[in-house]
Amino acid sequence: MSDIASLPTGSRQRQGSNIGQPMTRRDGILKVTGSATYAADNNPEGLMHAVLATATIARGKVTRLDVEAARAHPGVVEVMTPENRPPLATDPDEKTNPFAFRLDALQNDGVRYAGQPIAVVVAKTLEAAVEGAALLRPSYETEAARVDLEGESFVAEIVGPGAPGRAASGDFDAAFASAAKHIEATYDTPPQYHNAMEPHSIVVRWEGDSLSIDMPTQGLAMAVGRTAELFGISPEKIHIRSPFLGGGFGSKGLAAGPQVLGILAAKLVGAPVKLVLTRQQMYGPVGHRGQTRQTVKLGMGEDGRLAAIEHHTLTSTSRFDDFLEPASNVTHSLYAAPAIRTTHAGSRIDIGTPMFMRAPGEAPGSAALESAIDEAAFAAGMDPLDFRLLNYAEVEPISGKPFSSKALRECYERGAARFGWSKRPQAPRSMRDGEGRLLGWGVGTATFPAIMFQAEARAVIRADGSGLMEIGAHDMGQGAWTALHQIAADGLGLSMDEVEFRSGSSDLPNAGIAGGSGHTATAGTALHGAGEDVIARLTELAVNDEASPLYGAGNVGVVARNGRLVRQDDESRGEPYAAILKRAGLAEIEGRGQSAADPAAQERYAMDAHGAVFAEVAVDPNLGQIRVTRLVGAFAAGRVINPRMVESQYYGGMIWGLSFALHEEAVHDKRTGRIMNANLAEYRVPVNADVPSLEAILVHEDDPHVNALGVKGVGEIGITGTVGAIANAIWHATGVRVRRFPIGLADLLGGTPDVSDKGV
Amino acid sequence: MNLSLTLTINGERREIVLDDPRVTLLDLLRERLHLTGAKKGCDRGQCGACTILVDGERINSCLALAISYDGAAITTIEGLAEGDKLHPVQQAFIEHDGFQCGFCTPGQIMSAVGLIAEGQACDDPERVREAMSGNICRCGAYKGITEAVIDASGKLSAGKERDAA
Ligand code: FES
Ligand code: FES
Repeated sequence: MSDIASLPTGSRQRQGSNIGQPMTRRDGILKVTGSATYAADNNPEGLMHAVLATATIARGKVTRLDVEAARAHPGVVEVMTPENRPPLATDPDEKTNPFAFRLDALQNDGVRYAGQPIAVVVAKTLEAAVEGAALLRPSYETEAARVDLEGESFVAEIVGPGAPGRAASGDFDAAFASAAKHIEATYDTPPQYHNAMEPHSIVVRWEGDSLSIDMPTQGLAMAVGRTAELFGISPEKIHIRSPFLGGGFGSKGLAAGPQVLGILAAKLVGAPVKLVLTRQQMYGPVGHRGQTRQTVKLGMGEDGRLAAIEHHTLTSTSRFDDFLEPASNVTHSLYAAPAIRTTHAGSRIDIGTPMFMRAPGEAPGSAALESAIDEAAFAAGMDPLDFRLLNYAEVEPISGKPFSSKALRECYERGAARFGWSKRPQAPRSMRDGEGRLLGWGVGTATFPAIMFQAEARAVIRADGSGLMEIGAHDMGQGAWTALHQIAADGLGLSMDEVEFRSGSSDLPNAGIAGGSGHTATAGTALHGAGEDVIARLTELAVNDEASPLYGAGNVGVVARNGRLVRQDDESRGEPYAAILKRAGLAEIEGRGQSAADPAAQERYAMDAHGAVFAEVAVDPNLGQIRVTRLVGAFAAGRVINPRMVESQYYGGMIWGLSFALHEEAVHDKRTGRIMNANLAEYRVPVNADVPSLEAILVHEDDPHVNALGVKGVGEIGITGTVGAIANAIWHATGVRVRRFPIGLADLLGGTPDVSDKGV
Repeated sequence: MNLSLTLTINGERREIVLDDPRVTLLDLLRERLHLTGAKKGCDRGQCGACTILVDGERINSCLALAISYDGAAITTIEGLAEGDKLHPVQQAFIEHDGFQCGFCTPGQIMSAVGLIAEGQACDDPERVREAMSGNICRCGAYKGITEAVIDASGKLSAGKERDAA
């Protein structure tokens, strides 16, 4: 466990001591015994299995399906195609709001990317449904497809979740032209697929015109909303349970076509249906991270001080919808420069629409920027960490706003000390390990915005003095069942065991979306508010009741402590919750809490989490094989609710960074537009043996502005510094600057003239 | 066509009649016997989420046709704990936070139990990482997984020595 500075005391932490404790997971026993129920683990009576058939071309239309053959297969009940698919109330291609992405729900015979669903086979057994789908043997009218970035591009005015596609401060052209030194480099990042371990799935049952659904989702309320709209039923008639997600990473944030098809199939056959994607089917209809080509221009003085930064991103989107990886925007907040310009362009290609994927924008954006900064440091003859400190942003560079808090200097310091950075030789190719491998050290700065969504929570104190907290939050592995329960217990001034915590279901108060690293902040603030509200109501009862020892204590203030309300000026005077409720004749008392970003604080401050990642790599000089041998990350992200879970988030993020740097890439066949490695063997993600010694340092940070709890977010930041740190370490090891990701041995072979005939 | 086989699953002998030879061991457990602890992450032997023990050895149950296992003894994640008492590997996974979403966890744990039984050097992190590399964890809980395996195998062998003494 990393050392954690003690948490601030005082009014913010008023009621309890659960926050900040490294509790083990509340859902741990369920998960290690196999009793945690993921959506596909549900097997209601009379269940039928639905299996998708997907397009093997990337553009064109389906001209024939052998529906007869499929139907004739024993066990097959029905084949759903555009011909017989039950109607929808809203066209899945209609954009009713900016987050309603166009879905493929068999609305016509068109094919707009490889892997698009073109039919659904429903059968009594899974085996029969799989066979039925194979028997459809589609014929197509095929059009030429494009899947690379070389086609026509357009200026992207809106990127990511509605952010402006361009921004500027100062006069970039003038500042760049007059700078003493210049760096200009272009970096490529590939299409990446989330590949949560749990495939997208749905178990769905129609009960009249009501829907009962088990489905993993990072946004229960939004999933209900979209389903209601598509099926023309009121949201109250839809109940979605999502107690556990087997990973999400952004791919389960918004309703996806396959799940809509599951609901349609259940309607068509009039029975409960289970539809689970195969691994291969996850490469298409459920989002991915679009490929990027980023050009970074840096102008600096002789002393290495940055004068101008430009970051331009060309990125892919589908032919039929827009989601553009906002990669340039990371440059808004990272390094100080009087002139900054960021722009984006899009390229329409024949792929499924890209989507949010862990650290959308920041992950590829910082991969490019951190590489370019390293190139600039070398050109300036400076240590890369010194160069970053020289160009440290005291205020947000693009806006001039102060940061609500920023402990990045401490992150650099603590990370560097732990790593041993001060011993780093400046020149590349100057370290070897005992086996003769080239060693390199690199650093990258991590950053991710502190985002708040809207949420509500409900708090109850019961007659026996115990508590209940409710919020429709989502646990995709980050530890919501634990961290939010800790916040809930503190909000009620009770121990965790005295508080029942309900979550993961759409009939609970709306917790917003588990994304943008904002879920703990958002849901936690709502829970905290609900706790305050119910305690205030209870206080109201006590201070106005002559029989209470707190009678008349309204002015001095009353606080909640271990199931009792006590006077703030004398904690020995007070009484248990149960006594107050009993005298009032109440079975329970209820409070509500809300959370949302504070517009005034947002107007005044830039709010981000920060960190610094240090990487060591060893490169085989003959084979070019790259191993990451050490990763040290130091992160400051406001208040830490549960250090054990936060460390795990950082480790996971850093492993994703390692994966970005060295492993994952979806490779398209340019002739057919199909992905050639749509599986977990050839789309490489790190296995245990790929992961080196990892350390995460949790740097203490108080933030009075982000929200009432002072929580930022930890889910995504770990990727952002890590990719650049590894790329920079590879350069330091080999002297070869690779500007495409993932970096592989082929990129290193022949990289330097002196040894090109013998290896790296 | 009906095929019958006998399996001992988590200590319980079960006579199973299958109407279909294509049923894998994983689908038999999950879809027909409703033992849903073992997970399907790929159905291709590429991820390890479906790992179970067959006659004490870890296998990917998605690659195993059920009918070819007549007479086998199968242990799944549901059969590991003794009542409320967790198996040391399960306990160690909780203590070392060896999981996040938990979807790969049944497979990781069964793989770890198999690995320890294989008697591979479970005090060497390098060996453990290598031997656990058939089980992908997309959440990246590898550090905790490795620590948990080392911890549990130490406790198990200490327990064995105690029993022997
Ligand atoms: S489901 Fe069996 S190895 Fe992936
Ligand atoms: S815990 Fe999520 S995949 Fe391993």
